[in-house]
Amino acid sequence: MTLIDPAGGDVPGTGSPDPYYGALPDPLMVDGSSTRSRLAVKDLLAEVVISLTARPARTLLTAMGTVLGVAALVATLGLARTSGNQIVSRFDELEATQVSVQPQSRGFGGDNSRQTSFIPFDADDRLGRLNGVVAAGTISDVDVGGRLARSVPVNDPLGQNEYQIPVLAASGGLFDAVRADVLTGRVFDAGHDQRGDAVAVLGPGAARRLNITQVANAPTIFVGDEALVVVGVLADVDRKPELLNAITIPNELAKDRFGLQVPAEVLIETEIGAAELIGAQAPTALHPNDPDRLRASVPPSPTRTRSAVADDLNVLFLVLGGISLIVGALGIANVTLVSVLERTSEIGLRRALGATRRHIATQFLAESAALGLLAGIIGTSLGILTVVLVSANRVWTPVLDPILPLAAPLMGVVIGLVAGTYPAWKASSLEPIAALRGAE
Amino acid sequence: MAAPVVDLVDVARTFDATPPVEALKSTTLAINEGEYVAIVGPSGSGKSTLLHILGLLDTPTDGTYILDGIDTSVLSERQRAGVRGSRIGFVFQSFHLLNHRTTVENVVLAELYSTASRSDRRRRAIEALEQVGLGHRLDAYPTTLSGGERQRVAVARALVGRPSLLLADEPTGNLDSTTTQSILDMFAELNGAGITLAVITHDPEVARRAQRRLSIRDGVVTSE
Ligand SMILES: Nc1ncnc2c1ncn2[C@@H]1O[C@H](COP(=O)(O)OP(=O)(O)OP(=O)(O)O)[C@@H](O)[C@H]1O
Ligand SMILES: [Mg+2]
Repeated sequence: MTLIDPAGGDVPGTGSPDPYYGALPDPLMVDGSSTRSRLAVKDLLAEVVISLTARPARTLLTAMGTVLGVAALVATLGLARTSGNQIVSRFDELEATQVSVQPQSRGFGGDNSRQTSFIPFDADDRLGRLNGVVAAGTISDVDVGGRLARSVPVNDPLGQNEYQIPVLAASGGLFDAVRADVLTGRVFDAGHDQRGDAVAVLGPGAARRLNITQVANAPTIFVGDEALVVVGVLADVDRKPELLNAITIPNELAKDRFGLQVPAEVLIETEIGAAELIGAQAPTALHPNDPDRLRASVPPSPTRTRSAVADDLNVLFLVLGGISLIVGALGIANVTLVSVLERTSEIGLRRALGATRRHIATQFLAESAALGLLAGIIGTSLGILTVVLVSANRVWTPVLDPILPLAAPLMGVVIGLVAGTYPAWKASSLEPIAALRGAE
Repeated sequence: MAAPVVDLVDVARTFDATPPVEALKSTTLAINEGEYVAIVGPSGSGKSTLLHILGLLDTPTDGTYILDGIDTSVLSERQRAGVRGSRIGFVFQSFHLLNHRTTVENVVLAELYSTASRSDRRRRAIEALEQVGLGHRLDAYPTTLSGGERQRVAVARALVGRPSLLLADEPTGNLDSTTTQSILDMFAELNGAGITLAVITHDPEVARRAQRRLSIRDGVVTSE
C-alpha cells in the first residue's frame, strides 16, 4: 500500500525494514504491534470525498469562482482557436477569394494605345493553369456607339421598345468567376466565344426591359442592326453587379462586330487563402514579357483585420479569466480557512486519534486540491460547451487544443493547492489541547 | 511485577504566563495494568492538565513520563502521535463525534492513522459498538442519538484500537444521573475485562466507582 510517509522513517516500523534502523529493534514495539502513525493515500482520498460531499452546496459554491475562471479561459482559448480557423463570414469569404487584374494605371508612359494590349484574350487559359485559381474570365465595356437595343426586328416609331442598355464583353470563364446564378437558359462558354457565335446573356434588368422571360425558343434581340440570340438570363451575381443590367456577349463577337480591342479587366476567383499568391503570379502569367504593366488588386484581408480585433478581445477575456481565477482561489482559501475554524474540534480529535501535523495539513491541502480539480473539470466542461454552442450558432467547426481539456483541470488543482496552503498550515499548527478545548 | 502502564516521575507542567502558572506540580505516580483510577479535584485544580500529559497531548516541562515502558520524553512529534493513536483511548466530556458520519464511521476513524486494513477496522468498529451495547445503531447519525448513546459511541471509538490506557475527562459531565450510572456500569465492566482506566472528574459519586482515587488540588496530586 502507498503511504503518506512525510517524516521519512524517523520511526523504525515493523512491516518494512527501515534502511537505516531496520536492523535495530523498534523501541516503540510492544506486544508485536507497531505504533507508527501513518495515513494511506486511499484513506486520505476517502476522507476528502466524505468532507466534500458532506456539504455539497457549499462545495459547489466554493468552487464557483474557479469554475468561472477556468471556463472563461477555456472558452476564450477555444474560440480564438476556432475562429482563427474560419473565414468569419460569407462576405469575407467572397472578398478573400477575389483577385482582379487591370492594366497599370495610366499617366506614366503616356502611350495609351500600347498599354491597352497587355491583357490577352486567352486569359482564362493562362490563369486556369495556376494552382489556386477556381475560375477566371475577362470583362470589358463595349462601346456600341449609341446603338439601342430592342427585342423586335422592326423599328416601330410609335412604340417605346428601344432602350439604351449597356453591352459588356466577357470570356466564357467570367460567369464562374463572378459566381453567376442563371435564372433561365445557360451562359455562353469558350466554344461560343471561339466560334464567334452571335449569342447574348442578359442580366435580369436588361431581360425585363427587353421583355424576355424565357429562352426555350431562342429569342433574338437586336443591338442596332446586330441580331443576337439570347441563350440565358442571369438571376444574380456575387461580383460585378453591372452584369445584372447589361447585355453580355462573347469577346470574339465583340471584337468582330463592335470593335473591342483588348479586354479591360480579368476577374479571378481563387481558393480560400490563395488570393495573395495568385495576385503575385497573375501578371506574369498574363503578360510574361512585362508583368509590371499589369496591376493585380488583392483586397485587404478582412480576416486579418478582424483577427487583430479578436486578439484584443482575447487578451481582455484572458485577463478577465485570470482575475476570476484569482478571485476563485481567494474564495477557496477563504472557505477552507473558515472550515478550519469550524472544524477545530475535529482537528483536535484527529490529533488525539494519532494524526500528526502533516496528516492534518495533507488532508486540508488534499481537500482544497480536490475542490480545485472539481472546479477545473466543471469549468473546462462549461468552456468547451461554450465553444461548441458558439460554433454551432456561427456554423463554425469547433477546434480545441487537445492539451486544453487536460491542462485546465490541472490548473484547477494548482489553484486549489495554492489556495489551501495557508489554511492547511493554520490547521496543522493548532495545538491539540487548544483544538479540543476550543470546541467544548 | 509487570512494569506499570503509566509511570510519572517528578512530572510538572508550568504554563508560560505572567506570572507563570504551575498547573501541575512535581508529581510521581504509577498506574498499573488493569487498574481503575479516578482523579478528583475542584475546577482549575489541574485535572485536565494531568490528563493531557498522560494522553501525550501535552508535554511536561519537567520530569519523565514512561508509558508502556516507552520514555515519552525522547519521542519525536510523529512518534508521539503514533503512540497516542495506538496506546491511548480518549473519552471527552463533549463526546467529539463527527456529525456528518454514522456511528460506525465515527468509530472506524479511531484507526485511520494506523496500519490496520479497512475491513479489519470496520469489523473491529462493529465489535466495539456491540461491546458498548450499540450494535443496533451502527448506521445512525450522532444527532439522532441521546447523550448517553453518544458517549457510548465515543467509548467504543476509544476502545477500538485496544489501547493500553483509557483516559476519560469528565465523561459524565454532560449526562444526567441515570445515564451517568449506565456509563459508569460500562466502565466497571470494561475494567473487569482488563482495561486500564483513568477517569477525571469533580464528582465524588463518579470517583467512588473506581478502585483507587487520587485527589488533586492546586496542581498537587495526593492519594486518598
Ligand atoms: N494554556 C494555559 N496557559 C495558562 N494557564 C493555563 C493554561 N491551561 C490551563 N491553565 C491553568 O492551569 C490550571 C489548571 O487547569 P486545568 O484545565 O487543568 O483545570 P481543571 O482541573 O481541568 O479544571 P476544570 O474542572 O474546570 O476543567 C488553571 O488555573 C488554568 O487556568
Ligand atoms: Mg478540565
